[in-house]
Amino acid sequence: MWAYLVRRLILASLAIFGVLIITFFLSHVIPGDPVAAILGQQARQEVIDAMRHKLGFDRPIYEQFVIYLDRLAHGDLGDSIATHRPVLQDLKEFFPATIELATTAILIGAATGLVVGIISAVARGTWLDHATRFFSLIGLSMPVFWLGLIVLLIFYFWLGLFPGQGQLDIFISRPPRVTGLIIADSLIAGDTAALMNALGHLILPAMVLGSHALVGIARITRASMLEVLGQDYVKVARSKGLTERTVIFRHALKNALLPIITVIGIYYGGLLEGAVLTETVFAWPGLGRYATSAILSQDFAAIMGVTVLIAMVFSLANLFVDLAYGFLNPKIRFE
Amino acid sequence: MASSTPRSASNSPTGAARSGGEIARAERARTWRLVWRTLRNPLSLAGLTLIGLLIVIAFIAPAVAPYDPLKTDTLSRLRAPSAEHAFGTDQLGRDILSRVLYGARISLRIALLTASIALAIGAPLGIVSGYFRGRMDDLLMRITDMFMAFPRLILAMAIAAALRPTLENVVIAISLAAWPAYARLARSVTLGIREENYIEAARALGTSTGRILFRHILPGVISPVTIQVSLDMGGILLTAAGLGFIGFGAQPPTPEWGLMISEGRNYIPGQWWVSTFPGLAISLVVLGFNLLGDGIRDILDPRLRGSGR
Repeated sequence: MWAYLVRRLILASLAIFGVLIITFFLSHVIPGDPVAAILGQQARQEVIDAMRHKLGFDRPIYEQFVIYLDRLAHGDLGDSIATHRPVLQDLKEFFPATIELATTAILIGAATGLVVGIISAVARGTWLDHATRFFSLIGLSMPVFWLGLIVLLIFYFWLGLFPGQGQLDIFISRPPRVTGLIIADSLIAGDTAALMNALGHLILPAMVLGSHALVGIARITRASMLEVLGQDYVKVARSKGLTERTVIFRHALKNALLPIITVIGIYYGGLLEGAVLTETVFAWPGLGRYATSAILSQDFAAIMGVTVLIAMVFSLANLFVDLAYGFLNPKIRFE
Repeated sequence: MASSTPRSASNSPTGAARSGGEIARAERARTWRLVWRTLRNPLSLAGLTLIGLLIVIAFIAPAVAPYDPLKTDTLSRLRAPSAEHAFGTDQLGRDILSRVLYGARISLRIALLTASIALAIGAPLGIVSGYFRGRMDDLLMRITDMFMAFPRLILAMAIAAALRPTLENVVIAISLAAWPAYARLARSVTLGIREENYIEAARALGTSTGRILFRHILPGVISPVTIQVSLDMGGILLTAAGLGFIGFGAQPPTPEWGLMISEGRNYIPGQWWVSTFPGLAISLVVLGFNLLGDGIRDILDPRLRGSGR
């Protein structure tokens, strides 16, 4: 078990290192000169050269990479050119918003997806099953960013049921920063007004972001339940005269849960990706928007920082999934 | 079932299940049977119809579009849908219906190009690594691990930004992010085929390695990988549109659907039609590929089918 964990962690770090290499070299071949972008077109050549030297851009690229790794090992991700702050500080500020959004999204997606999946497995072949399948296919086909716009249009602009973009209305002051998560912070501060407002802001983007995960989880739940419901021990349970509810929830669901949990874990990692688009639509101050603007303004340090962070979260999510799988299914041995 | 997850490609619909003795000709016959059953399955038929519609529109767009998709007309900007402009006009007075119709050509091009590039990189690498095994294989698998340890959109964003945002580079970026999955699938199929008797027979007869790879292994790999690509196509088009939407893809004035949605963003709620119609177009096309994929999955794995126990 420990040997397995260690091996997986080593593999994960190798993957992250590989991602680092790819991103570093990719971001350094971006055409255009970030130094010129900082100093403007009017700057004299000597000033530009001095700046390039200061930032290390005049060195060979592999040397820059080694310097970067050395700093990274000391927890220094460099300074962002755009925000003029340490990248680490930026990440600390933007990451919680994304975590808040992605976690709410996966909670909504998993809860709804499980229910929908179980219903359509039990109602297999009926109009309910077909209708569910039809709507989930449609849901899967809509671009997240478009769905976000349509949802904003209907629920915010037309019906006025939910607050609009951002994390809080402007007239609500942000509770003191403790965890960085607005929901948690307003709970700690006991600020109900901020809490309700933040929840209202959270719900639409979280639903939109979680929509694809919802469909995926519903489908895997349906498939997995069908698989289990066809097995002998379920037939035995039924023939013993147990109620259908007991059979479904006590006997079938328990065993059907394994692949479902895997998929939930995978989707959680994938949500970080959907977050880029959802955050853009809902003006959500998270990592996705930070990444987009970093790439557009050729902000090397910021691009690298975001990349490392996302790669880490992604690998960790995968690792947790595999570990959970092993714990839930004793038949699987960690080699 | 597994294909709806991001990790889809590692367990292919046909590749993993097949291990018994089958030769290339049987494989071809199987492919034809699959095509036939695809045509008879209502889901995949609906999907194929939508995809067919996309192809037809892409071809006849110049003939049926009521206006020039690039022609601006500041006097009639942001007009609501009417008899004159069925989908309304955008912020520069361009006819949205015409732009949506021309957008079909762009989507089709993205779909075809990405599929071919990802296949052209993934299939040969997977075959070679599955056939020769050894160090090369290990190296390739580690590389695919690396690529797959990373969200596709973010990777494509980085590549698209590095290459300058253009439509062609979107295609390159998505293909570069997508090939590892196909390499893995091709590898796993190859692993199965290389143990077959007919491969051993070919080797015993002194057939050259190149010929074995080309004539005996490639045909068996093509169909599962192609099926996987078509299953993924919806997702690929969504990624392309997403890149267009955040500004890493097609640039104005290209009538690319993702970009059009992005341009219409500022006119919501007043002029909702600017973003709405291109979004509907993307959804329909992606729905087409998803329906097709679902139908194929039904055929390959009847246990998941809706009716009968």
